[in-house]
Amino acid sequence: MVPIAINNVTLEYDTPAGKVTGVKDVSFDIGASEFVCIVGPSGCGKSTLLNVIAGFLAPAAGDIRIAGKVVTGHGMDRGVVFQDFAQLFPWRTALGNVSFGLEMKGVAKEERDKIAREQLRLVKLEKFVDAFPHHLSGGMQQRVAIARALAYNPSVLLMDEPFAALDAMTRDDMQTLLADVWRETRKTVIYVTHNVAEAVYLADRVIVMSAHPGTVQADIRIDLPRPRDPLSVEFLDRQKQLMRHLGHKVSGNGAAH
Amino acid sequence: MQDAVTTISTRDASGVMPGRVASRLRSVWRNIFPFIVVGVLWEIIAVSGVFPARLFPSIETVAHTFFTLTANGILPHHAIETLIRLLSGFALAAVFGVGIGILMGRSRLAEDIFLPLVSICAPIPGLAYTPLFLLWFGLGSFSSILLVGFVSAFPIIFNSWTGVKAVKEIWVRSAHSMGADDRRMFTHVILPGALPYILTGLRLGLAQAWRVLVAVEMLAAVPWGLGWLIFGARKFLNTDAMLAGIVVIAIIGLLLEKLVFQKIENYTVVRWGMVAA
Amino acid sequence: MSDQSKGRRSLWRAAVVLIIAACCYEAAARSGYFAPALMPKLSAVAQTFVVMLLDGTMIEHSVSTLYRVLFGFFLAVLVGLPIGILMARFRPVESFFLPLVSALMPIPSFALVPLFMLWFGIGNLTTILIVFYAATFPMMFNTWSGVRSVNPLWLRAAGAMGADENALFWKVIIPGASPFIITGLRQAFLRAWIAVVGAEMIAASDWGLGWVIFDAKEFLNTDVMLAALVVIGGIGFVFEKLVFGSLEKRTVQRWGMSRVAKG
Repeated sequence: MVPIAINNVTLEYDTPAGKVTGVKDVSFDIGASEFVCIVGPSGCGKSTLLNVIAGFLAPAAGDIRIAGKVVTGHGMDRGVVFQDFAQLFPWRTALGNVSFGLEMKGVAKEERDKIAREQLRLVKLEKFVDAFPHHLSGGMQQRVAIARALAYNPSVLLMDEPFAALDAMTRDDMQTLLADVWRETRKTVIYVTHNVAEAVYLADRVIVMSAHPGTVQADIRIDLPRPRDPLSVEFLDRQKQLMRHLGHKVSGNGAAH
Repeated sequence: MQDAVTTISTRDASGVMPGRVASRLRSVWRNIFPFIVVGVLWEIIAVSGVFPARLFPSIETVAHTFFTLTANGILPHHAIETLIRLLSGFALAAVFGVGIGILMGRSRLAEDIFLPLVSICAPIPGLAYTPLFLLWFGLGSFSSILLVGFVSAFPIIFNSWTGVKAVKEIWVRSAHSMGADDRRMFTHVILPGALPYILTGLRLGLAQAWRVLVAVEMLAAVPWGLGWLIFGARKFLNTDAMLAGIVVIAIIGLLLEKLVFQKIENYTVVRWGMVAA
Repeated sequence: MSDQSKGRRSLWRAAVVLIIAACCYEAAARSGYFAPALMPKLSAVAQTFVVMLLDGTMIEHSVSTLYRVLFGFFLAVLVGLPIGILMARFRPVESFFLPLVSALMPIPSFALVPLFMLWFGIGNLTTILIVFYAATFPMMFNTWSGVRSVNPLWLRAAGAMGADENALFWKVIIPGASPFIITGLRQAFLRAWIAVVGAEMIAASDWGLGWVIFDAKEFLNTDVMLAALVVIGGIGFVFEKLVFGSLEKRTVQRWGMSRVAKG
């Protein structure tokens, strides 16, 4: 059975000017423990698609099946990490944020503290267990968000440009960290980004989308050995290949950074 | 993606109503409906006779009194006297409040002198000063204007002071480097920079003045004024006149709210560049 | 270091200013230009204050006032908080209450004192109801805008982590709205405190700080009046700084959310 199947998903939204098709007739499958990046110019509906998979939006046509079950709303089988740092609850410590999902599941306090600490160790924040979000840097907050999404052990991790608001240096560190976390946890990851290098660094497979309306333009396998070297010739080759796919539709290299 | 969510949730609201007039009517009805409910409840209690009619007059009686008192000029006279006191008290507060506040923000010495005095006087509810003012300055209009001015000056002082302090150092530095002298620094940098805060202070001051004035009029034995009207009406069990007075107070309050406070608020919000209040 | 010395200088200056102000007052009081009944010496005020404190009358007055203000305040919280939440969560509730609230809010609470005196007589009931009226609207309004301003991202994140309606309400909406709710509590108490003093002047008999200062006027007991003013200011200060200040420090400020609720 295919872990995630996206079948002919179409999504529309209402604007003052009338109905606009955001995503049109998108289909692809994702295998177990696969790391898939969705790349595309802004307005191609990649975030919208992720929100449909997360169950925050309902598609106008088509459906999404996870382990054979149609997605109708959000569920504990998926963890979500957003771009905005504000996603953490400011009134809870790092530990409190990470253990929220477990609390909802009804896990006993001692047990959930143990798991949450373990998750924070995984993202290298064991020293900041009792810190409130506003005392943490942007990169640290996003790490807490990742630990939080992993803590209740969902099989799928959905990430919506989680590092886009970070500075370049922190972003590099975070990518390395995420690759490590993924290697350890082996979750299925769907990762939305507009950064081509990031996609090549992280993904097993890259879905390239084009805009107006959002459709799948290419589905490319990245079979470079891990850990990947962003300065190797093969890495740059893949990057160029992706950019050609994007440049075709976008004209120029607007989506390349 | 945020847009998509909000549009989805409001979809049915925009889809159902075809005409603009109809939706206008509907919003008017929606605003009036709660008052009709309350009015009907009031009327039921008044007619049922649970309370004596003198104490709980029906809406017709109140309306009748309202129109009689308006027609013979008594109600407008009271209202005008009250408004004059409100405006003179507020004008006093505005002039002194903004002046002292800006001085406190600009000069360390003024700040050290005024801040202890202001912080000791401000936490005491304004009305508590009433008897003292009445003793010192006598009963009547003068005391009440002075008191209203005194009480409403505090929020104005505090906000003007914070406003001047909130003027960004880089603005001052860049104006200096562009050769602004002290006077122009004040009129072109400090004042505009502090303006949103000052306006907020004035808004709070006026609201405070309004709240205090009604009570002061009851206590200060002024010859005319809405506060005095409703307080005096109590003696003769003229509940209808009292309610008519309260209606006028509500109308003035509402007009202040809609015509003054909200305008100022919108203005400051726009200036601050905050999208949602 | 310079900041600290600046702070110390301010403190020093504040003390000097207050001493000078006190001296000016004392000089005016002793000059004989003003009647001693209208401008008692500071020593007389202090003496009255101590005497009233020791014989228990000041405490009795304070207790009556505190009883009225706290009763009315809690009543206001009990009513304002749930209605504010319901208004933010359910459209029909909002469209029913909002017009009423906007029409009633601009009526100063004192305007209702004579009416309530007719209906409920002089005493506790009237003052408590006035306090309740004054405190309810700020509570309701702030709660309403607080719940509305809860970041939708928090709701999404909590939903994705399996929070049900109940958990969403208690663990996300209430803490998320807390900066506004605390501002509401603070404003409500401030209004309640003003209202109770005013209402007591007009509609209380025998006990209460507002009644004391107004009654003192009749007998030209300016020293009693000033002593009561000190107590009124002191109690207001304690609530504002110690109660609500520490509540804010322990919640909203600790969470770094205080910026959101300003204004």
